[in-house]
Amino acid sequence: MKYSSQMAAKPYFIFALILLAGEILFGLLMAIQYLYGDFLFPLIPFNVLRMVHTNLLIVLLLFGFMGATYYLIPEETETELWSPKLAIVTFWVFAAAGVATILGYLFVPYAELTELTFNNLLPTMGREFLEQPLPTKLGIVLVVVSYILNVIMTVLKGRKTVITTVLITGLVGLAVFFLFAFYVPDNLILDKFLWWFTVHLWVEATWELILGAILAFVLIKVTGVDREHIDKWLYLIIAMTMLSGILGTGHHFFYMGAPEYWLWIGSIASAVEPLPFFLMILFAYTMTRERKIQHGNKIALTWAKGTAVMAFLGAGVWGFIHTLAPVNMFTHGTQLTAAHGHLSFYGAYIMIIFTMVSYAMPILRGRPQGNSQKAQNLELASFWMMNIGMMGLTLALSAAGIVQIMDQRVGTELIGFMESQESIAGIYMIRAGFGLLVFVGLITYFASFFVKEEAGQTVGYNA
Amino acid sequence: MSKPLAVKASYPPGDFAIWIIIYVELLTFALLFAGYAFSRRSDIEMFNASQLLLDQTSGFINTLLLITSSYFVVKAVQSIKNMTAESTKESSLAASRWLLSALVLAGGFLVVKLLDFVHVFGQGITLSTNKFFMFYIILTVFHFMHVLLGSFILFVIYQKTKAQGYTQNDHKGMETGASYWHMVDLLWIVLFPLIYIIR
Repeated sequence: MKYSSQMAAKPYFIFALILLAGEILFGLLMAIQYLYGDFLFPLIPFNVLRMVHTNLLIVLLLFGFMGATYYLIPEETETELWSPKLAIVTFWVFAAAGVATILGYLFVPYAELTELTFNNLLPTMGREFLEQPLPTKLGIVLVVVSYILNVIMTVLKGRKTVITTVLITGLVGLAVFFLFAFYVPDNLILDKFLWWFTVHLWVEATWELILGAILAFVLIKVTGVDREHIDKWLYLIIAMTMLSGILGTGHHFFYMGAPEYWLWIGSIASAVEPLPFFLMILFAYTMTRERKIQHGNKIALTWAKGTAVMAFLGAGVWGFIHTLAPVNMFTHGTQLTAAHGHLSFYGAYIMIIFTMVSYAMPILRGRPQGNSQKAQNLELASFWMMNIGMMGLTLALSAAGIVQIMDQRVGTELIGFMESQESIAGIYMIRAGFGLLVFVGLITYFASFFVKEEAGQTVGYNA
Repeated sequence: MSKPLAVKASYPPGDFAIWIIIYVELLTFALLFAGYAFSRRSDIEMFNASQLLLDQTSGFINTLLLITSSYFVVKAVQSIKNMTAESTKESSLAASRWLLSALVLAGGFLVVKLLDFVHVFGQGITLSTNKFFMFYIILTVFHFMHVLLGSFILFVIYQKTKAQGYTQNDHKGMETGASYWHMVDLLWIVLFPLIYIIR
């Protein structure tokens, strides 16, 4: 560790991973509810589980991004963080607010929660992914603004690099697009239209900048490739991502009351969206091939390459499967959407956080060349467990989606929702099994942190 | 005339990254062109009637402007490529003049196209008027933005050329920008007959 203020990243990483465990746990509970409808009834109904599952994801990613930023910004700018104290204070504020919100979801009926949290003053609740009570939303704004302030002030006093520029652009975009969470128009179509400005422009535009910046940072560190070389790739990827991603918002405006031209703009722009992800694979593998150093932390590079591949599959391939308007007419809102959602969030965002944690955590714990070989081997096992688990889960959900589409949308002999769900039960069982594998993989990942360090050697696993 | 210093021209010209961008751009436009062609088949009469509302003359003028401008860019690259150790200053000056002329024509394209937009939008036409105008607006506005970006790139190259920033052996940046500009030109050469002429 070159700068002591990088230590601020540690609690963020740890908390993000704890939230991830919670997210997967609630996902598993839901997978069981798909099989046994009255499981946990009336203690925690499906809608509450789902809300907790998705909200945990969003919050854990924010924690992960913040941790990653606090780690990489001092090294990139070659100066200490502007205010490590602010980073720690906001950590506790955000963690407390996050926990309180989740407890609120679990123990207070949602309708009552709206009354308790002044939703009548400014109604913002009740929308998918943006269910947070008003105080939590305001808290997120405060935390994010102080975080961006901290980053910008640090960059201003230090070295400016392409990575910091891309990162800050992504962070500012993240903050700006969250503002749409505070505006809920009466017109339902307009409401949905603007809701996507937060949801889509986060995951398919601004967050991708953050992802690109973190990936570039880790690649520079573990491959030793020249910065100029990496910068060009980064520019190319993010330019393509931004253009296709912003126009690609159109793929959410199909058949919802928005004008017809969105069918064309949305379809064509999203047909291009997988390309920057493909470039990301080329990027990661080219940098690996041209690496100038053999970093002891091999598993970090494995995660980096994995991120590129799984992001391409989840966001690129699984997105493209149902993004063209004529296809989407049949697939919309089925388990196929869920398949894409799971693999893209995992492949692009959860994995980049694993990449960063796997690179940075050993350094923060005083092991500059990574964990011991034994620990890295265990981590590699967790890598495969989680990836195979997520891939299996995604394939199962895709199969479920296809059955659902055939049952309910194609032809004239259609059956009802519950009947269709029953016909998918076997597939849901498989899905739950793969979900369990992901959870075991995560536990294995945690275990790799506790592998005892053997005296004075860190070499990495034999890849 | 003294012998040029360069040994071998690299291929493809310019930075490799620009070729990735060019292919993605061509792919995107190709999808739109194909979409136009397919949509037209289902309602040829409406497409033909709507096409009559466009001003072919301004489209034709713009085609000439872009092709000529592309030619000037070729001349600029040539001036740099034929540069000798003694003629650095003159070659840079000549190249920058060609680039400036190309920029003026690009500006001309933008003005003519803006007048065309004023004419079309003045008739109350929007993206929702019909499918022909939907494609017309998406394609031409999208292309217009490319001309704007291309002009900006040409301007940057012009500045560097004027400051004698390119040499016979080091003009990759110029070729990169020139390649992009030719793509903008190429797109229009397909777009113009497809939208304005073919009936």
